[in-house]
Amino acid sequence: MKIKILGPGCANCVNLERVTREAVASLGLDAEIEKVTDFPTILGYGVMTTPGLVVDERVVLSGRVPTAAHVKELLTAPVA
Amino acid sequence: MSTVEHARARTPTRRWVGLGAAAVVWFVLYAVNGRFWDWLLVDAFGLDPESRLGSSVRFFLYDTVKIALLLIGIIFLITVMRSFMSVERTRALLGGRREGVGNVMAAGLGVVTPFCSCSAVPAFIGFVAAGVPLGVTMSFLIASPLVNEVAIALLFGLFGLGPTLMYVAAGVVIAIVAGFALGRISPERWVEPFVFETRLGGQPVDSAAHLTWDDRIQMGVEEVLSILRKIWPYLLVGIGLGAVIHGWAPEDFFARYAGAGNPFAVLVAVLIGIPLYSNAAGVLPLVEALHDQGLPMGTLLAFMMAVVALSLPEVILLRRVLRPPLIAAFVGVTGLGIIAVGYLFNATIGA
Repeated sequence: MKIKILGPGCANCVNLERVTREAVASLGLDAEIEKVTDFPTILGYGVMTTPGLVVDERVVLSGRVPTAAHVKELLTAPVA
Repeated sequence: MSTVEHARARTPTRRWVGLGAAAVVWFVLYAVNGRFWDWLLVDAFGLDPESRLGSSVRFFLYDTVKIALLLIGIIFLITVMRSFMSVERTRALLGGRREGVGNVMAAGLGVVTPFCSCSAVPAFIGFVAAGVPLGVTMSFLIASPLVNEVAIALLFGLFGLGPTLMYVAAGVVIAIVAGFALGRISPERWVEPFVFETRLGGQPVDSAAHLTWDDRIQMGVEEVLSILRKIWPYLLVGIGLGAVIHGWAPEDFFARYAGAGNPFAVLVAVLIGIPLYSNAAGVLPLVEALHDQGLPMGTLLAFMMAVVALSLPEVILLRRVLRPPLIAAFVGVTGLGIIAVGYLFNATIGA
């Protein structure tokens, strides 16, 4: 599983990365977490409100920091 | 079952009863705040409310509780209302608008759209990529920080409905006019070229899609907590300074130098306010104390707007997409608008 955190490095992006790492650890997933900070790439995902969360190249969330439990739901949801 | 899952499984009845109970507690606390401190300080500790120490201490305690309650209540309400809007929806509404009507819409949407300054750059690029004219985008970027929920909460609580409406109207008008003016100077020359080359990929994601009432309420609670965590030092310093001015400053000290008699007061207040990096929570307790000292409302509102709308960190952020001449024009035009509003208010409503 490839997870990307979209955001220029503001407080929200740091928080999103933290809860995502928590969720990945507690699910025991084998996931690669990458931070994307450059704007053209972030916009390339259609995200205009940071932070954004991308799982396997699909944007699952943008504009707010979810709880670790919510991220767990997002990571385990069947890929549409 | 974790607390979050528990909250999600809550029945609608329990959700509304919980909200109602919270509202009742809020009103009771707000109503007894003044009497509680009078009882504690005067009756129990024997402080003289007319003395310098007494009036400063009472001002500090009473104001801290009152402002905290106002912030909690109003930020919660505004966040829940704003959760029906998103930057993505705003962009869709503004796409293809001409200047003029577009500036008016953008300024209005800047007030109601939930927006964090950390998203200023991606939103700017997204708007431009969607064909929103630069001047219209500027109207949005000016209105959004200028008319903010913390200032609304505090102005309403400290000065009432009139000044609050004046502030919101002034902010919207400044954003419309400044954005329109910036659109007239061919701003494209001073935008970093990569902005025009960026294409929005995929289906733009709507951050407000699929939200339930429980999500919105949770967002409201989180926003209250995150804003309070961020602003409490500013708030305490602001209220502390206000308390000192309240008890110790000579009666007409500020009024003599910055009162209605000084024609440069608004200009100086705005020039001091622009580089200051604080937020409405730090500025408004000071504004309240200075108003009590006899400073006119226009000067004070102009000072507050300069502090919240323009700041060095924001300028540094915008430098990622705008070249210095356009940033200078952005700060200059917005600053001029704020100065004009300050003088207008002073001339029409006085103190």
